[in-house]
Amino acid sequence: MINIEVNGREIEAEKGEMLLAVLRRAGVEIPTLCNIEGLTPTGACRLCVVEIDGMNGLVPSCAYPVAGGMKVQTHSNRAVQARKTIVELLLADHPDDCLYCVRNKNCELQDLAENLGVRQRRYKGARNRKHQDVSSPAIERDPEKCILCGKCVRVCEEIQGVAAIDFSGRGSKTHIATAFDEGMNVSSCIYCGQCIKVCPTGALREQSSVKRVMDAINDPDVVVVAQHAPAISVTIGEAFNMEAGADVSGALTTALRRMKFDRVFDTSFSADLTIMEEGSELVSRITNGGKLPMMTSCSPGWIKYVEQFFPDFIGNLSTCKSPQQMMGAVIKTYFAKREGIDPSKIFSVAIMPCTAKKFEAARPEMANNGNPDIDAVLTTRELIRMIEMRGIDLKDLDPDTADTPFGERSTAGKLFGASGGVMEAAIRSAHYLVTGGEMDELDVQNVRGMEGIKETSVKIGDLELKVAVVNGVGNASKLLKEVREGRKDLHFIEVMTCQGGCVNGGGQPIDTNLDNVRARLKGLYKLDKDSAVRTSHSNESIERLYDEFLGEPLGEKSHHLLHTTYTERDVVK
Amino acid sequence: MSKMLKFIEDGCCAKCRHTKANPCPDMVTCLADGPICHDDKACVDMMKDYAALMKRDILEKPAIFVGTGTCGIAAGAGATLKAAVEYLEANKIDADIIETGCVGLCSAEPIVDIQVPGQARVSFQKVTPENIEEILTGVLVDSTVMDDAVIGQFGKTWENVPSIDEHPFFKHQTRIVLRNCGIIDPGSVDEYIARGGYKALADTVKNSTPEELCDDIIDSGLRGRGGGGFPTGRKWTFAQQAVADQKYLICNADEGDPGAFMDRAVIEGDPHRLLEGMAIAAYGIGASKAYVYIRAEYPLAIERLKVAIQQAKQYGLIGHNIFDSGMNLEIVIKMGAGAFVCGEETALIHSIEGKRGMPRPRPPFPAISGLFGKPTIINNVETLANLPVVVAEGSDAYKKIGTETSKGTKVFALSGKVERTGLVEVAMGTKIRDIIFEIGGGIPNGKKYKAVQIGGPSGGCIPEQHLDIDIDYESLKTVGAMMGSGGLVVMDEDTCMVDLARFFMDFIQRESCGKCIPCREGTRRMLETLESICRGRKDEKGNDSLERFRSVVYIQRLANTIKDTSLCGLGQTAPNPVLSTLNFFRDEYEDHIYDRKCKAGVCKGLLTFSIDEEKCVGCTACVKKCPVDAIKGAVKSPHYILEDKCIGCGACLTTCKFNAVIKE
Amino acid sequence: MSVAVDLILDKRTGAGRDALIPILQEVQDAEGFLSKESVAQIGKKLDLPSSKIFGVATFYNQFRFKPLGKNHIQICRGTACHVKGSASIMERLERELGIGADETTGDGVFSLEVVACIGACGLAPVISINGEFYANLESEDVPKILEEYRNKEDVK
Repeated sequence: MINIEVNGREIEAEKGEMLLAVLRRAGVEIPTLCNIEGLTPTGACRLCVVEIDGMNGLVPSCAYPVAGGMKVQTHSNRAVQARKTIVELLLADHPDDCLYCVRNKNCELQDLAENLGVRQRRYKGARNRKHQDVSSPAIERDPEKCILCGKCVRVCEEIQGVAAIDFSGRGSKTHIATAFDEGMNVSSCIYCGQCIKVCPTGALREQSSVKRVMDAINDPDVVVVAQHAPAISVTIGEAFNMEAGADVSGALTTALRRMKFDRVFDTSFSADLTIMEEGSELVSRITNGGKLPMMTSCSPGWIKYVEQFFPDFIGNLSTCKSPQQMMGAVIKTYFAKREGIDPSKIFSVAIMPCTAKKFEAARPEMANNGNPDIDAVLTTRELIRMIEMRGIDLKDLDPDTADTPFGERSTAGKLFGASGGVMEAAIRSAHYLVTGGEMDELDVQNVRGMEGIKETSVKIGDLELKVAVVNGVGNASKLLKEVREGRKDLHFIEVMTCQGGCVNGGGQPIDTNLDNVRARLKGLYKLDKDSAVRTSHSNESIERLYDEFLGEPLGEKSHHLLHTTYTERDVVK
Repeated sequence: MSKMLKFIEDGCCAKCRHTKANPCPDMVTCLADGPICHDDKACVDMMKDYAALMKRDILEKPAIFVGTGTCGIAAGAGATLKAAVEYLEANKIDADIIETGCVGLCSAEPIVDIQVPGQARVSFQKVTPENIEEILTGVLVDSTVMDDAVIGQFGKTWENVPSIDEHPFFKHQTRIVLRNCGIIDPGSVDEYIARGGYKALADTVKNSTPEELCDDIIDSGLRGRGGGGFPTGRKWTFAQQAVADQKYLICNADEGDPGAFMDRAVIEGDPHRLLEGMAIAAYGIGASKAYVYIRAEYPLAIERLKVAIQQAKQYGLIGHNIFDSGMNLEIVIKMGAGAFVCGEETALIHSIEGKRGMPRPRPPFPAISGLFGKPTIINNVETLANLPVVVAEGSDAYKKIGTETSKGTKVFALSGKVERTGLVEVAMGTKIRDIIFEIGGGIPNGKKYKAVQIGGPSGGCIPEQHLDIDIDYESLKTVGAMMGSGGLVVMDEDTCMVDLARFFMDFIQRESCGKCIPCREGTRRMLETLESICRGRKDEKGNDSLERFRSVVYIQRLANTIKDTSLCGLGQTAPNPVLSTLNFFRDEYEDHIYDRKCKAGVCKGLLTFSIDEEKCVGCTACVKKCPVDAIKGAVKSPHYILEDKCIGCGACLTTCKFNAVIKE
Repeated sequence: MSVAVDLILDKRTGAGRDALIPILQEVQDAEGFLSKESVAQIGKKLDLPSSKIFGVATFYNQFRFKPLGKNHIQICRGTACHVKGSASIMERLERELGIGADETTGDGVFSLEVVACIGACGLAPVISINGEFYANLESEDVPKILEEYRNKEDVK
């Protein structure tokens, strides 16, 4: 430990630690636009500059290792003026449309301008004019709002291992681009949306479906059905000043009803359904010599990743549709028939923590005779906006229960929101399917947590089931390469595209604080711990669905409605 | 096979211990001065005679030297060379033709030297296919020297021909780095060795430890010639002491400063000096692999360097187990792809690694963690080219040259509005006035000196009142300039200093890597400000004139932030040309801003052209030249210029034979 | 798939990312410019995403994504050239050719490129056409020089 002096105050620090980290720990607020915790600092934005005794220029605290006896001034006039000038320079090349911007009141640049007291356009000049890229079904880019902090590039490359975008050009012509400046739709982007979550401004956002959903709600001839994903209810409360990780499923249902959704279903129900199908598929592959290791298929970013980067593993992907799509399929068949509604009059909305789900819903495989299983996907962020638009405060609402026939869920299905959750739910049911009995201990601790690759094995009858759980799609390539090079011991691999799983999905609120993600995970596991129904196969509504409609897992109807195919994708990689 | 190569392959005689596989540590000395382990006359004569021949102390037949560096070729040396060959053929004269690099006096190119046996070498300027016959016949046949074309002789055998050392261009120079440039055949390693080349390297690896070498270089006072001026030996020590399985040396030959070309000239004219310097540096830091990062815009330099590396390898001067010392060195050429910022060390490293050449924050410094994460030393060409001399002549001798804090010499690329342009190498401490007025011969066409821009886009300008300042890293800083890589662009009264600042800002904002905000956005706004004050009233719209004043008010504040917060040296020095001109030529800025005049007549937007009715005879010559049809008037009656249409190109002014066009 | 690109890549077994820029230089030399196909080919060889290669290639002045005209005019915009009037040479070139910097004439005969210092400052202002230098220029010289190259075109 060493001591440094900050603004006249002694502070303890670890030798070699970056100054910014030390300052933050000591509660000294230093703005940055380009820093990502855990990645090497690039020193691009220069906003974290501070004055250090004996140094000529100002020093970027993000990239400056502390040394004993260092004297630092973080808010000297010189440092503050420099920060202000930098922000003013950014504003000189920024559209003046905060009021119309998706990030209004939630924008780091706006906050900085406010905090530094920017009150005039000191610098004025030509602005870079660039077209927006709205070619992708999930993510839109507005280069004019981009401040070139580079966080999207780094997340895409260093965390997700996709590298669909990079800096292009040089000097004031620099911009973020896909290869050859083409549309995102032909790029290798997997639509995970992690770039949106780190973007400090409105340069990246989801392709919004709010208007289409509102139009459907306002159409008296249309039955609007909503489903919400497992991760939503432990997240959305944060936007209404509730504790991170608190489950607000009931209040959410109430809110959706107030917003005039005709039916509210819980995607955790179809997660249970997925487990029935996927668990059976796993057992069948193991016993009948099918292709192993089987890999989960509920994360659409991961699916696109395999289709474009690892097409030789397409056969390993579970043929099961994701819970969103299974729900979509049974809504427009079983539910429609049961209620006597013309499926073409149903507008099926999926509320997801994910941007790639928008792409998934638009896949041609996900439609029945041209009628899509899911009509619109809303991200958590879009839903929050809609709730706020209606002047509803989630905190004030009495909880309500979801609609039949897809309102009941096991907490195994709920665990789909967490990395390792699909695996845990699948193991619980696979055990039942193979042995006919329940596991002594339902918790599978080894698959929980935020570590990139988790491996464990579970005894199911005579079988030693070897599984791996991956989160953050960049980590998956390591494992896939091992398998490609001959690794044979694994039976089942769960991959979730985003770090930590859906609770940290690209459609979740803009917030890079991983503590919130951890709280959401904790919320899910607490629900499971306190629950009476903890396995998918014990969900009675699932049993009823098979009895009344589907027949049996992997049966003909299931095959037609709940399973899908994948194809190698030719993109600019 | 040359005699030296034959020795390298086989040794000189049975007594010689040298073999290619087990090289003799003293082989370079033997090659230049005769064998040292035995004194058999045959061996001594063979080697000494050959060395004398290579040094051209003796000559077997006439030799014609044509300067075919890039500058020579640009001046037409190609045609001159061809004419020389044709002349020899036509007259059936047996003579050697040697292509050399640039001797430095670019304004006199194409330069041809002629030496006949028994006579001193004579240098001729502006030799073209038209006058070459006369010059050659003079020396080769009639033993006379054509007076008006002569620069001087190397020695004193010709009567009434001045010594080249007395030529004002050369008289004030101290040539260390440029010693061989334009003199030797850059394609012949034998010539370099005969003149004592590679001896410093051989002695160092034989007699000094890397630590001792670093200390020696520290003691010599040698500082980086690429701009910053960091003590070279101290820099090496960091890498020398770092523990790593691999260390790298990088020679920075990405000479990006517009207005500097000494690196090119050294590589084109004396490539082995650079290679020897690199090998010495590599020994000092313990690098077994070295890169030369060179601009792709220098194809000739690259070609000559490739040949030199090939020869050095063949001779065992680089490669495996150099001089039986156990030292290995591989030298690889990496071509830059055109980005000024790659002169910055971390950007250069990224570029070699195949990435965008964007600088990164330091620490870690490259000497600790550089190329591929390994300790890396980056030195520029001129620094490295100094090393053979520093080592061969000793640090004590070297530090006698120069000033208290700046030792040795500095090469400058003298260009712009000066009588003699080219490369000059002077001792540190020489006055700038002497470089421009003695060596450069002053301002041509009777114009008045205004300023000299030193240090390229990061530097500043030096006006008349500071001309007596010494060339020295520290003293240049006191007037807001810096050594930089050594471009010296002279400007006369016809140069507009605001326009010059605009030129540099334009350059910098295009070459900014775009990574950090102050440099990317700030230089662009500074450029816009300068453009706005050079723009004429008729091109302004709306609130433009108000914005013009407004942006000028904030330019100082903006410049300070860019200097204070930019990530790398490029950004930190980007405002210098503006600050420097603003400091010394504030009146010119005021003329532009308030009076809307450009007295130098450069900023076209601020110029007005009109026709003096008294003088105009209506010849219509100007009408025909005007590219935009802005001149009207009937034949044989006075013409007039439509101000709205005029673009200020000045074509009418240069065309009019009656001085009737008035430029204001 | 271009055979020329294949040949360039084949001789570099085990090449890593540090070979990227030399490869791009060689490919551009062979093909005249960098096509999408060659970038993809290079990416495959070096295991690099196209976006990264595009990012690198757009950073450096040297690389282009469109073919050049038959005659490649490079005008030096170094300091010495500027002080000696390269701006008016540039203006004249633009006017005579009807194109701006980094453009190619409609007939594909000329491309105009502005380059940083060529290093012939002592002979400023300088342009180079297909590697051949023209030094100490004045703007009046421009039409003559261009005519020379146009005539060569006509003969062909």
